[in-house]
Amino acid sequence: MGQTAAALGDDELLAAKVRLLEAFVSRSDITDCTQYALQWLAEVLGLSPSLCLLRPEGEEALFTVGAHGLPGTSASRFIASLEDWSNPLVTAFSNREHAFFRSAHTAAERKRRPSTPFEDSAFHAVPLLATELNHDAFGLLLIGGGGALPSELRWFTALFAQKLAQVLRQQALMEGDRKQGRERSLLYNIINAVTDPILLTDTEGRLLIANQRALTLFTASEEESEGRRGAVRMNNMLLSSALSSKAIEETGAARRELLLVNPADGSDLVFELLSAITDDPRQGSGVVSILRNVTDLRRASEEIEENYRRLRIAEVQARAESDRLNLIIDSVADPIVVTDASGATSLMNEPAERLFTVPVRASAPEQRWVQANDAHFSSFIAGMLVSADQRRVGEIALIDPKLGEPLPVEAIAGKIVSDHGELTAVVTILHDRREAIEKGKLYEQLKEASDELERRIQAATSDIAHQNELLRRQAIELEQASALKSQFLANMSHEFRTPLNAMLGYTSMLLQGVAGPLESSAKRHLSRVESNGRHLLTIINEILDISRIEAGRMPLQVSRFDVPELVAEVRSELEPIILRSKLAITVHLPKDLPQLVSDRQKVKQILLNLLSNALKFTHQGRITVSAARNAREHTMSLSVADTGIGIAPSDQGKIFEDFRQLDNSPTRAYGGTGLGLSICRRLAQMLDGSISVHSQVGKGSMFTLVLPIRGRK
Amino acid sequence: MKAKGERPRVLVVDDYPDAREMYAEYLQYSGFDVIEAGNGIEALERAADSAPDIILMDLSLPVMDGWEATRRLKADKATADIPIVALTGHALAGILEGAKNAGCDAFITKPCLPEDLVKEIQKVLSATTPSATRTRRSGKYAKTNG
Repeated sequence: MGQTAAALGDDELLAAKVRLLEAFVSRSDITDCTQYALQWLAEVLGLSPSLCLLRPEGEEALFTVGAHGLPGTSASRFIASLEDWSNPLVTAFSNREHAFFRSAHTAAERKRRPSTPFEDSAFHAVPLLATELNHDAFGLLLIGGGGALPSELRWFTALFAQKLAQVLRQQALMEGDRKQGRERSLLYNIINAVTDPILLTDTEGRLLIANQRALTLFTASEEESEGRRGAVRMNNMLLSSALSSKAIEETGAARRELLLVNPADGSDLVFELLSAITDDPRQGSGVVSILRNVTDLRRASEEIEENYRRLRIAEVQARAESDRLNLIIDSVADPIVVTDASGATSLMNEPAERLFTVPVRASAPEQRWVQANDAHFSSFIAGMLVSADQRRVGEIALIDPKLGEPLPVEAIAGKIVSDHGELTAVVTILHDRREAIEKGKLYEQLKEASDELERRIQAATSDIAHQNELLRRQAIELEQASALKSQFLANMSHEFRTPLNAMLGYTSMLLQGVAGPLESSAKRHLSRVESNGRHLLTIINEILDISRIEAGRMPLQVSRFDVPELVAEVRSELEPIILRSKLAITVHLPKDLPQLVSDRQKVKQILLNLLSNALKFTHQGRITVSAARNAREHTMSLSVADTGIGIAPSDQGKIFEDFRQLDNSPTRAYGGTGLGLSICRRLAQMLDGSISVHSQVGKGSMFTLVLPIRGRK
Repeated sequence: MKAKGERPRVLVVDDYPDAREMYAEYLQYSGFDVIEAGNGIEALERAADSAPDIILMDLSLPVMDGWEATRRLKADKATADIPIVALTGHALAGILEGAKNAGCDAFITKPCLPEDLVKEIQKVLSATTPSATRTRRSGKYAKTNG
């Protein structure tokens, strides 16, 4: 080994070593490094030919990575299998031992040697160890030559092995990366090949990995249509709510249905969502979801469900129809019996059963009644069956089996005929006639009562009409009678007065001595005739006035006149009576009293009456005649006040009534017809005025006539 | 008796003899010359032939009533100036108006005492104008003289 080292000086050797180090630093390729190293070995240490073998990770063989000084390409293709334990190289590699192989000369010697590119020449096999500590060999360096190896070779081997191990490690790392990349791309290809959308989301629902199908559902670029982007937004919302940790917790990893929108056409897509939480200590938790499109499946299932539902409904309807029919028949209060063409009962409702079936524990009479009912009904049906009538209405006298009371029914039977004209059944409805009969009776009674009432009302009405007619006639007759009475009285008064006029005239003439002087007794008697005649005339005049007023034939002569003059006239007309009475008469008339517009004669008549009444009913004291004007009401009041006998309050209303004198006794103290005040009141009313009285018994009376200052014309 | 010229002549027209004669007697007693008539026609004749100074006319008369007689007397120039005092027992509505329209100068309601009647006649006569009296007198005299 020391043979070539001596050929170089120490400095040269050091420089060569530096060159090698520099070459290793600048090279990272394993073949490149090996080639340079073997070249350096030949030039610096004079060791050639040489061959470098390495065992790639995972391989059970040693492959040539570099050769120097060996002819042809056979050296670069040399491979030694590590499974061939008989090969001395494998032994050397496994034992990490330096081995030397002598050159062979015989066949037996060749047999003990491994087959190498060195053929029969001697060579050394030096193991390449990764580090001092890790003694695993990863390669062999084969160096030709039979001499001893130089000491520098140990340094070289260590350095070279270290470099190779480093490069190999790097290569292994790079290889690992490439492999991972390949695997990921494979995985992507696989999941993209799956037609169902597959997604990996983080716990926040953010999309981490999605296959192509999923991307079309959940992503959209800016360039895509608004509709599509909207659909994608909605899908994301639906997905994240479905995938929210809460939703997953609630349903576990179970399958759920997820309704999404197809962004391509907006149609509904129904997916079955399978999701599972994955816990990766390096990546954190995530959710893997697989969506299985079950739209068609769902549609088909819905159709089946719908068909089933319809079937159910139809079935329910059919049953309800049948139930309803039964219910109707049962709920009809009237008995219904269906008989077949032979007359046998095929169906009856409950009310019918009560009539025609013998109940459990029925009494003997009950049984008899039911049998009787059955017989009656059967004969009715038999009659119906033999007749050609389609319908028959008849009465059957049944008996209520419960009560034993007669139960008259009206039976309405109808034949049911098949399409072939064949009689299939007879339906009979029995209607209880008791109520109808009862109602009929009641109606008759009511009608009778009503008729009676109407007769009475009519009688009463005609009676009332008759009465009314009578009353009307009576009213007319009364009116006529009243008019006749007034006319009669007016006529009679006239007829009375004509002879009375002559009587009074002649009496007056006799008293005046027209027919010669009279004896005093004759004169006294004639005076009596005269005064009685005057009284009779007064009575007749008053009756005439009342009659005229009642007949509406009292004329009004309206004029303007002075009141003081009128009062003086009244006073002078009554002067003889005033003188006889010895009463003080005072007249109080204001100076500015206006003229009256009224019927002077009527006003005078009223005042005459009032003053003569005052004179008649006053025995002592005085009589005051006064007038006053009420400017505000445009009226004038004329009063006659006396200190006479007075009138009790209860009688004050009566004094103005016709023919009324308070003393009605035949021997009354005061004369007169009792018509005076009644006439006064009527005259005052004719003049649009009024007359009133204030009186106190024993103190006196005051009569007041109120008239409008300007009376109507 | 008294001379014709001194006694005013009154024609008393009334169909009721008792009343007519009563008034006539009293008027004569009171110093009047009195002529009597029992109906309207007679009244017209007496007024024409007797030339009264005043006529006392009952309104309800047979043959011709007082209104008609009054209207005729007032329509005749010869008798138009003679004052007529109407006498009636009917003081009913319309009668007074009717009497005034017919031409009556005064109106007396029966019953009326003879003395009241005389007072009314004197009142009417004193109100009569002197010319009217003269005319009547001349006519009267002319007739009497003729």
